[in-house]
Amino acid sequence: MNSLLPMLSGAIQYTIPLTLISFAGGLLLALLTAMMRLAKSRLIQLPAVVYVSAIRGTPLLVQLFIIFYGLPNIGLNIDPFPSAAIAFILNVGAYASEIIRASVLSIPKGQWEAAYTIGMSRGTALRRIILPQSTRVSVPPLSNTFISLVKDTSLASLVLVTELFRKAQEIAARTYDFLLLYVEAAFIYWVICFLLSLVQTVIERRLDRYVAK
Amino acid sequence: MFLTISGLAKSFGDNKVLKDINLELDKGEVLSIIGPSGSGKTTLLRCFNGLETPDKGMMRFENGLTIDFGEKASKQSVDQMRKMSAMVFQSYNLFPHKTVIENVIEGPIIVQKEKRASAVERAEALLEKVGLNEKKDFYPHQLSGGQQQRVGIARALALKPELMLFDEPTSALDPELIGEVLTVMKDLAKEKWTMIMVTHEIQFAGEISDQIVFMDGGYIVEHGPPQEVLKAPKQERTKQFLQRILNPV
Repeated sequence: MNSLLPMLSGAIQYTIPLTLISFAGGLLLALLTAMMRLAKSRLIQLPAVVYVSAIRGTPLLVQLFIIFYGLPNIGLNIDPFPSAAIAFILNVGAYASEIIRASVLSIPKGQWEAAYTIGMSRGTALRRIILPQSTRVSVPPLSNTFISLVKDTSLASLVLVTELFRKAQEIAARTYDFLLLYVEAAFIYWVICFLLSLVQTVIERRLDRYVAK
Repeated sequence: MFLTISGLAKSFGDNKVLKDINLELDKGEVLSIIGPSGSGKTTLLRCFNGLETPDKGMMRFENGLTIDFGEKASKQSVDQMRKMSAMVFQSYNLFPHKTVIENVIEGPIIVQKEKRASAVERAEALLEKVGLNEKKDFYPHQLSGGQQQRVGIARALALKPELMLFDEPTSALDPELIGEVLTVMKDLAKEKWTMIMVTHEIQFAGEISDQIVFMDGGYIVEHGPPQEVLKAPKQERTKQFLQRILNPV
């Protein structure tokens, strides 16, 4: 059981911070992208459409490799952790932007109209009236993205981030206890994701206070 | 005249919804628009606060604001027009994530930059007026349709509009809840609010209106005081419509 400690420390030092940073950064990027896609001007929409299409259309692992192993060819050397964070932020940004866009579109047109008739601009209406309501709609799918992200961070082991799974691989390389170590790693991921789903329930309940049951 | 409209026209694609609308409205007057569904009455109402933009025609307000929709109406003047009016919707459109009082103070505080304390004080007085101050901390979904619509009216009044617009305010209500909303509207008419409403409550419209406009097919078919349009209609189409509404069987 002396493998548990290094794996937990990998989780606490890298897996969890990488997840949190990537999700926070990704959400900001997603909000910006969603707003661009909801803009009236095609010129503003276009970069957002291309970005989402490119990220969704290519494997995350390939994106990671381009950033960490590819960019040095043009003189851009980025450390493992920031490389991974950039890749995950770009990824979450693309997927979550579609969730946010759909949740904004799901709010009835009458809410926009009511906001306009009390004198609000589009931006104010979005911030004060639409987004607070669409947040509730987007929490379950965003939680999915978050939980996927926790597990996707294991890919960072391939760009030398010594996170949970890389720790497991390193120990297994010495002890040959592959089954035990990988099951142990899987179990730790499961516990983290389970705790996150509890948080999701709490947030949903809190946002549900104004909804008719 | 508070408001003069001339030659207003509006199409959605090939569908001409409004054709050559001319109207005059004095301060403190109540104007009711009646007519079959699809006649353009709601579209006309929505033109008064910029939710729809006419393709042609002029609107001239007493304060000098003039909008010529034939030229490209400036966003600025449409905004100015919007800020003169407030709208009550058929489906209430209260903000579900805000309590009753938060719904009422949202416009004054966020848009009109009123101090919170004075906005709350006015909101409470307005909720008192529509008989709902004891519900001020409830969320909209905890209220009946009639109560929600009265909050909708309080929210509109809180903006201190010069013109109140009502889009079929009782059409979504259960019959026994219509009365409480009509009572509030009747009070507003007595207080000389300038009001334009689209309604199917013909009898009520007759009681409180100074002018009745009967629309069909995008035109104003008949227009005048209620005792003429409702009691002695000249046009065959108006007679048919009233006949059908007042004696449905």
